[in-house]
Amino acid sequence: MSENTQTTHPLELTDVSFGYDPQGPLAVNHVSFTIQKGSFVAILGHNGSGKSTLAKLMNALYLPTEGQVLVCGMDTTDDDLLWDIRKRAGMVFQNPDNQIVATVVREDVAFGLENMGVPQPEMIPRIDAALKAVRMTDHAAAAPHMLSGGQKQRVAVAGVLAMEPEVMILDEVTAMLDPSGRAEVLSTVRKLNRDKGITVVWITHFMEEAAQADRVVVLSKGAVAMDGPPGEIFSQVEELQALGLDVPPMAALAGELRRAGLLLPQGILTVADMVKELKQTLCPSR
Amino acid sequence: MLKDITLGQYLPGNTLVHRLDPRAKILLTALYIAMVFCVKSPVWYVLPLGYLVLASRTAGLRFRQMLKSVKPLRFLLILTFALNLFFSAGTTVWLQWGVLRITREGFFTALHFSMRLVFLVVGTSVLTLTTSPVSLSDGIEMLLKPLKVIRFPAHELAMMMTIALRFIPTLIEETDKIMKAQMARGADFESGNLLRRVKAMVPLLVPLFVSAFRHAGDLAMAMEARCYHGGEGRTRLRVLRFTPADGYALALTLGFLALVIAGGVLLP
Repeated sequence: MSENTQTTHPLELTDVSFGYDPQGPLAVNHVSFTIQKGSFVAILGHNGSGKSTLAKLMNALYLPTEGQVLVCGMDTTDDDLLWDIRKRAGMVFQNPDNQIVATVVREDVAFGLENMGVPQPEMIPRIDAALKAVRMTDHAAAAPHMLSGGQKQRVAVAGVLAMEPEVMILDEVTAMLDPSGRAEVLSTVRKLNRDKGITVVWITHFMEEAAQADRVVVLSKGAVAMDGPPGEIFSQVEELQALGLDVPPMAALAGELRRAGLLLPQGILTVADMVKELKQTLCPSR
Repeated sequence: MLKDITLGQYLPGNTLVHRLDPRAKILLTALYIAMVFCVKSPVWYVLPLGYLVLASRTAGLRFRQMLKSVKPLRFLLILTFALNLFFSAGTTVWLQWGVLRITREGFFTALHFSMRLVFLVVGTSVLTLTTSPVSLSDGIEMLLKPLKVIRFPAHELAMMMTIALRFIPTLIEETDKIMKAQMARGADFESGNLLRRVKAMVPLLVPLFVSAFRHAGDLAMAMEARCYHGGEGRTRLRVLRFTPADGYALALTLGFLALVIAGGVLLP
């Protein structure tokens, strides 16, 4: 295999389709997009939009029935590259209880490394670094069932991080957490994206989480309905509502104000944005 | 409260016995079992007894903790004793009561077999009291590894043990949750006769099994996503190393075994 991973994209989907039942409807319907290295992309969609299926197509847990998925230039249908693909594209799942294998935190972080056949002396610094990156060093010797949901998910993130992937796919990892756990996990992953340059695919149905991404891909009925920076996506209030998605409150308010005749720019998502833009629009003298 | 359950009987500690390699401890236990079976008459139980006292003193175990393991076996113990006492062949009659007859030989056979049972159980409890379930499954995996030649799934067995240990607390929590949910819907787990109570368990067990299967499916996928593909080419974070202490313990145990065998031959 040639080492041209620097020039290829971490994820490239070309006309990908997948159906659970050969006669039934397609869960993923002719999806194409490319994810740039180092970006933080949110995939947004409500239940049954095909977002979890799409995630499993991204590291060869499912193979496309049509089209092609490339992970760092490697085709997921190539059986010889399977473990290489899963090493590059790490995946974290929704239920924290169903992805922790070992009875001690640090041993769970080691699980992926053990599977990859990393020599034992090399494992220890990698585990320590991964636990430090998710701020779980103090719990290295804890039993997983004693941790909170947010902590468990951070351990799961560390387990993937220790494998040093190019891209991390997080499939609704916050769906079973309380609000503080959600914020905890999202900020940890954001930081890994910023500091270590790991490409992140963040799959969610929470608007406020998607709003923090560099790019938002909206899925509906297995197909890409919208694709662009969050500011642009969330200003299209009617389109989002037509897809059955809630719009962030400030984006909805901006839409209403714009309709009422106020000349507000696109891309208002937070209260801070709104305050700033309103000041600019209403008191331009200051 | 369900979160504080301890698994197995393991009592954490940092004594010489705790620090022995789990593989060595399993071998020592096997040798000890051989020792107990080599004892020919009740008198010679002094040797395994001395060995047990030595082991438990070093491990800092109290006698009471070790005897706890006999408790579940008390009926079996009484049965063994009674059967041997009444139905062994013998000539020196002590007591005759209808068809029941107690002989001197019968009494000693009964004593011998029940002592064997007690010694086996108490002795093996030293292993489970001083070795954590995780290192126990590590030791079993390593010891069974040579059996791979005959396709014995040593790694798979150890992985299953680890996962079972990992999921026991999760399933206990879930049982608790389902029980409360069913009680809130009027289920009654505590009253009625045995049949009624067994029937009452159905609405508890069905959801528990369904969720256990869901856990299993999800976990399998998560393991595959993290490159799990069996024991082939796998390295380990925990590396087992034999130390001189393991050698000394092994030599000491072999010495005891030799004494027991010699005792049986010389002074039956």
